[in-house]
Amino acid sequence: MKILVAVKRVIDYNVQIRVKEDGTGVHTDNVKMSTNPPDDNAIEEAVKLKETSKAKEVVAITVGEEKAQETVRKALAVGADRGIHVKADSYIEPLGVAKILKKIIEKEKPDIVFMGKQAIDDDCNQTGQMLSAMLGWSQGTFASKIEVKDKLIQVTREVDEGLETLELNLPAIVTCDLRLNEPRYASLPNIMKAKKKPIEQLTAKDLGADITNRIQQIKVEEPPKRKGGVKVANVAELVSKLKNEAKVI
Amino acid sequence: MSVLVVAEHDNKNLKVFSLNAINAASKIDDDIHVLIAGHKCESVCKEVAAVPLVKKILQSESANYENYLAENLTPLVVKLADKYTHIIAAANTFGKNFMPRVAALLDISQVSDVIKINGPDNFVRPIYAGNAFATVKSNDKKKCITVRPTSFDSAPTSGGSAPIEKIDAADVPNISKFIKKEENKSERPELGTARIVISGGRGMQSSENFKLINAIADKLNAAVGASRAAVDAGYISNDHQVGQTGKVVVPDLYIAVGISGAIQHLAGMKESKIIVAINKDGEAPIFSIADYGLEADLFEALPQFLEELNKLNTIQK
Repeated sequence: MKILVAVKRVIDYNVQIRVKEDGTGVHTDNVKMSTNPPDDNAIEEAVKLKETSKAKEVVAITVGEEKAQETVRKALAVGADRGIHVKADSYIEPLGVAKILKKIIEKEKPDIVFMGKQAIDDDCNQTGQMLSAMLGWSQGTFASKIEVKDKLIQVTREVDEGLETLELNLPAIVTCDLRLNEPRYASLPNIMKAKKKPIEQLTAKDLGADITNRIQQIKVEEPPKRKGGVKVANVAELVSKLKNEAKVI
Repeated sequence: MSVLVVAEHDNKNLKVFSLNAINAASKIDDDIHVLIAGHKCESVCKEVAAVPLVKKILQSESANYENYLAENLTPLVVKLADKYTHIIAAANTFGKNFMPRVAALLDISQVSDVIKINGPDNFVRPIYAGNAFATVKSNDKKKCITVRPTSFDSAPTSGGSAPIEKIDAADVPNISKFIKKEENKSERPELGTARIVISGGRGMQSSENFKLINAIADKLNAAVGASRAAVDAGYISNDHQVGQTGKVVVPDLYIAVGISGAIQHLAGMKESKIIVAINKDGEAPIFSIADYGLEADLFEALPQFLEELNKLNTIQK
């Protein structure tokens, strides 16, 4: 079994986002960047399947600027076998990313594609589902548990009401939730070894994928700021304020 | 222009967020049709027919639609898409799951999680966990949109009499199978729509300690929420998670207990009308957005809170 894992480089989840004064976006200069958190879960799950001999090869792919390669390198350091970097200098919408991934998949022919359920920058939550539809594959979104069986995969999904379990025919796309597993840290020797693993460089043009954006960003602004209120001295004061001032109880 | 809203239901009742999606659709055009794909979903159709904003119901019956598998629902929506300028669903796990499939097959770039509709092609959506709002214009001829339910009022549910048109089911690909759903049934109000929410975080320390939260929830008729840390630690099940990757709630009163206030959690609750924070760490970021902050040990504060509430002679219903 071959597994492809898609990873994205995003502003680190701990960074306080600052909106640009001119309304064109958010500040990214000198801002810490990391792998999109649930993409780390995607890599971990793939590597675990390899360690239990269910998967033979794990290929990590990213779409993005030059430095996006770091996310592939990190995936290689935790156990992926080789990488693919599709270079893109500007933002590509999920639809375009899905088209790029589709081209790669037609060439690589993986049995399962893992990726995070949502990127924490644009918060779109689309790429996996779009890719799955374009390929005519089954999908298991928001996965918190995966069990690979012969030609089938059982996926437990986190849904609004609780948990849902589906059985998917392979090949399938699985988008991972943060609770799927505990991503490991790369050890120093493995980071060194990863430097020798191959990363293939491509462009959307090489692949013949149409990545024209359809959505025009008009402006980005800060949401209305919420002001902190008061500190109360004790529980009695709190309840009194909730009843008499805020009138919510 | 006609707008198609894809309704979520359990074959008996409509899920409430579909009413928010219907109301959002009315900001685009009056000609709102609602697709109800299901199995023996007659009662859902009747329920939606009574919604005055709805002009027509499209009912499609098939056992393949019983558990609304995205792979099965998508071909039907795509088949209907020709007649509509906009296809809308709620941005909950239902809409998030199938809408991008529809968009991809129609070659449309979806606009996700819309919180404001400025016009037929102009929308506002939060990005970076709600730390920025983007105003976007969709240049696709047809739009696929998911709307954040808590950002739109619920459509009124009585007085309407929309006709119900039966339509054929579409072919399904038979590539996925529903096995089971484990629902956490509760007598308490639903988290997404409750007027009061009380949430616990890592500070709760154990699942056992959530009984302190539950007792207050019962007293206030509140829903119980949690931070990701509390869910990850196994104190409470995933359907209670509030935040960027969990649920977004906008109650009149949100009580955060033992929650430090990571930006990912704030993304799910900072639009609440009144926020209360109870935390023993006076420097916790949650205090910077709380209307009322109580710096206290929650294991002392929660029992006192319940006692004070018991003294009040009002009962919340």
